[in-house]
Amino acid sequence: MTYLADVGALARKDLLLELRARDTLPAMLLFVLSTLVVFHFALPGNSSERAATGLLWVAIVFTALLGLSRAFAAEREQGVLDGLVLAPSDRSAIWLGKALSVLVFLGLAELVALPAFALLFAPVDGSMILGVVLADLGIAAVGTLLAAMAAASRARELLLPLIFLPLAIPIVVGGVGASVTENPARYVGFLALYDALFAIICWASFEYVVTE
Amino acid sequence: MSTWLRNNRLAALAALAFALVTASIALVFFYAPVDADGLNQKIFYFHVGVALTAYACFGWGGWKALRVLWKRDEDADLESYVAIHQGVIFGALTLVTGSIWARYRWGHWWEWHENQLVLFLVLFLFYAAYFMLRFSVPAGPRRANLSAVYALFGVALVPVSILAIRLSERFIHPVAFDRNGPNMAGSQFFTFCVSLAAMLALAATLYHVELAGKRIDVRLRELREALR
Repeated sequence: MTYLADVGALARKDLLLELRARDTLPAMLLFVLSTLVVFHFALPGNSSERAATGLLWVAIVFTALLGLSRAFAAEREQGVLDGLVLAPSDRSAIWLGKALSVLVFLGLAELVALPAFALLFAPVDGSMILGVVLADLGIAAVGTLLAAMAAASRARELLLPLIFLPLAIPIVVGGVGASVTENPARYVGFLALYDALFAIICWASFEYVVTE
Repeated sequence: MSTWLRNNRLAALAALAFALVTASIALVFFYAPVDADGLNQKIFYFHVGVALTAYACFGWGGWKALRVLWKRDEDADLESYVAIHQGVIFGALTLVTGSIWARYRWGHWWEWHENQLVLFLVLFLFYAAYFMLRFSVPAGPRRANLSAVYALFGVALVPVSILAIRLSERFIHPVAFDRNGPNMAGSQFFTFCVSLAAMLALAATLYHVELAGKRIDVRLRELREALR
C-alpha cells in the first residue's frame, strides 16, 4: 500500500504545482485549439470528415508532446530528480506518479479539444472517445519514460519528439482505426494491447533511466 | 589449423562471408530459374536476405541491451550499439532494394501498401533516433542504461508495428512463405538460403570489424587520459 501512497503523493505534487504555477495546461489548451484552427485552413474545402478525424489525431499527439516536454522541467531545473531517486521508495513509483499527472493534463486538454472538434469539424462518437482514452494511457506511459530520457540528455526538448513519434505511430494507427472504421473493436483491442505491453516495459525499466 | 582459426577469427569470418556472397551472386544470376516476374524478381534474393539480417541485428542489439541492464555487462553496451548500427545499415539497404522492387512490380518507387517497406521505414526512424539519443548523452553508465532501455523498446516495437501496419493496410504484398511452407521452387529456395547465409555472414563480419575499431577507440581514449 505504501507504493500506491508514494505514487499518489508524487502525482499530487505535480498537480498542485500546476494548480499554483499554471504553466503547462493553459499552453496545451491553447495549442490544441490553435492547431484545430490551422487544420481548418490546411484542409481543402471538399475534404471529408475522415481527413479531419485523422488530423485530430495529429493534434492529440503534438499536444501530448508539448505537455511531455515540460513534464520533467521542474525536476531538472530544481534538481528534484536526485532527491526522488534517493527517497526510500520504488523508482517505478516516480514514473507512475508522473504518468498519472501527464494523463490528467492530457485528459483535461482533450475535454476541451473533443467538443471543439465536434463543433468545428465532425461529430464525435463513443468508439472515438474510447480510442482517445486508451491512446492517452499509452501516450502517458511511453511518453513519461521518454521524457525522463530526454531530460537526461543534452538535447532535451529537441530529442523528445524524435524518440517519441516512431513509438506513437501504432497509437495513431489504433486511434484513427477506432475513430473512422465501421468495426472499431479490433483497433480498440490493439490499443489496449499496446498500453498493457508498453506500460509493463516502462514500469520495469524506469529505474535504469534515472539511476546509473 | 585450429590455433590459426582461433587467432584469426575475424579473417576467417571475412573469408567465409566473401565466399558466401560470391556464391550467392553466382547462384542468383546463373542457377536460380527466371520465373514469371522476369529478371527483376532476382532482387528478391537480396531484399529478403538483407531484411532478415537487419532483424537479426536488431534482435542481437536488443539481447545485448538486456545484458547491459540485467548483468551490468559493460562490454555489452558497445556491442549493442554496433549491432544496431549494422541493423540500420541493413535496414536502409532493405528500403532501397524494396523500393527498387516496388518500382518494377507496381510502377512506383514507394508503395504504402507494401507492409514490409512501411515497417522498415518506422524502424529506420526509430533507430535513427537511437543514435540521436546516444550522442546527446555523455559517455558513461547513464548512457549505457538509456541506450539499452531504448533498444529494448525497439524489440517490443517490431511486433507491435507489424500488427499496426497489418491493421492499417490491406494486403497486396506477395507472400513468399505461407502455412504450407516456402512458396517457391527447390532451386529458388536453395539460392535464397545461400544468399541469406551470405548476408548474415557479411553482417557478422562488419559487426566484428566495427566492434574491433570501436574498442581500439575506447582503449586509445583511456591511454590518453592516463598519460595526461
